[in-house]
Amino acid sequence: MNVDGVSTGIVLDHIQAGKSMQIYQLLHLDELDCSVAIIQNATSTKYGKKDIIKIDDRIELDMDVLGYIDPNITVNLVRDGKLEVKTHLELPQKLENVLECKNPRCITSVEQGAVQRFYLADKEKKIYRCSYCDVEHENRD
Amino acid sequence: MRHLINITDFSVDEINELIDIANDIIDNPKDYMDICHGKILATLFFEPSTRTRLSFTSAMMSLGGQVLGFAEAASSSAAKGESVSDTVRTVGCYSDIIAMRHPKEGAPLIASERTTVPIINAGDGGHFHPTQTLTDLLTISREKGRLDNMTIGLCGDLCFGRTVHSLIEAMLRYDNIKFVLISPHELRLPKYMRETIEAAGAQWKEVERMEDVMEELDILYMTRVQRERFFNEEDYVRLKDTYILDLDKLEKAKEDLAILHPLPRVNEIAVEVDDDPRAKYFDQVLCGRYIRMALILRLLGIK
Repeated sequence: MNVDGVSTGIVLDHIQAGKSMQIYQLLHLDELDCSVAIIQNATSTKYGKKDIIKIDDRIELDMDVLGYIDPNITVNLVRDGKLEVKTHLELPQKLENVLECKNPRCITSVEQGAVQRFYLADKEKKIYRCSYCDVEHENRD
Repeated sequence: MRHLINITDFSVDEINELIDIANDIIDNPKDYMDICHGKILATLFFEPSTRTRLSFTSAMMSLGGQVLGFAEAASSSAAKGESVSDTVRTVGCYSDIIAMRHPKEGAPLIASERTTVPIINAGDGGHFHPTQTLTDLLTISREKGRLDNMTIGLCGDLCFGRTVHSLIEAMLRYDNIKFVLISPHELRLPKYMRETIEAAGAQWKEVERMEDVMEELDILYMTRVQRERFFNEEDYVRLKDTYILDLDKLEKAKEDLAILHPLPRVNEIAVEVDDDPRAKYFDQVLCGRYIRMALILRLLGIK
């Protein structure tokens, strides 16, 4: 399958196969005017299969969202067809308005305008806890 | 600006400083009588707690300051649907410091992000109650002359008791603390707390009967075993007397054991124990007033 290369833009590579649509939605890529290509189940020497997203513009990316969804993603910034910067992600220490606290006893369940804040409690197990009530976020991936 | 939301917001050095201030207040009360003249403490109690609210009120009045506030959500604007943020921003215009209790976990943290005055968490649901922990630390320090090198027995409901969890978290920062966890299996310390003790490298063990370990203890921290925590009545009836402290059970205890309880007590400490010199739970109440005085002074930047 041939998809045009990015001339000036961003390539999100090594996305865990099946996660590209989640990223597409969370980063609101549907709101962009430029070309966006989603490649699913591409061959990966490292992981077997991977997803790739190509964005034909240099937009602001929420690296925390990307790092949370999949810390193995590499972010390639391309200018004039050449790779300019390659960034390896890691799990963010803090997340704002990415996860939602499900604890009914938490103040964020009733407080108007409350920001949903989470902190990384266990890097190995990828456990995030609500900054307000400390209850663990249940990952339903 | 400093707040106190969780006990770990304060370093060990800062806690030691608070204890020093509290001890100085106890020794020289006259020096502190008017030190908060012209300052106002707001006590915002969105759920009732007579004991804690009165302790804060007494603390501020003993410093020569004044107190305003409400004792239940029904008499506050929260009953009209006002957010915590709006309430504290408003009350911050009327006061210099706020002590707040709220049934929702994290409410004092949200408050601290939205106000211009220091916030003291006076209890947020089943989450934190740091001024109780400060109270416990001052009491232990006064009774033992130290906060390290001791064996602490924690007895009763170790599963849901927030005071127990906070005390463990606080004591883990001191050297050579051994925890003896005394509870029915149903109410044992949650796994994440046991892991926290393990990760900190402290010694601990679990037992079901307090008589088996009484002679080892330097501190015995009692909590209430509530009927509603058991899945069946049979287990409750079988176990309930095991966790009632009386003079018989104290027979093998050390002479300088200190018995603490966050109070209110129901029947988990027999009244006959009150006259034993090892019973320190009413001294603990007094310590609560002094450490809150010290905390107010520190957060207001006076000491």
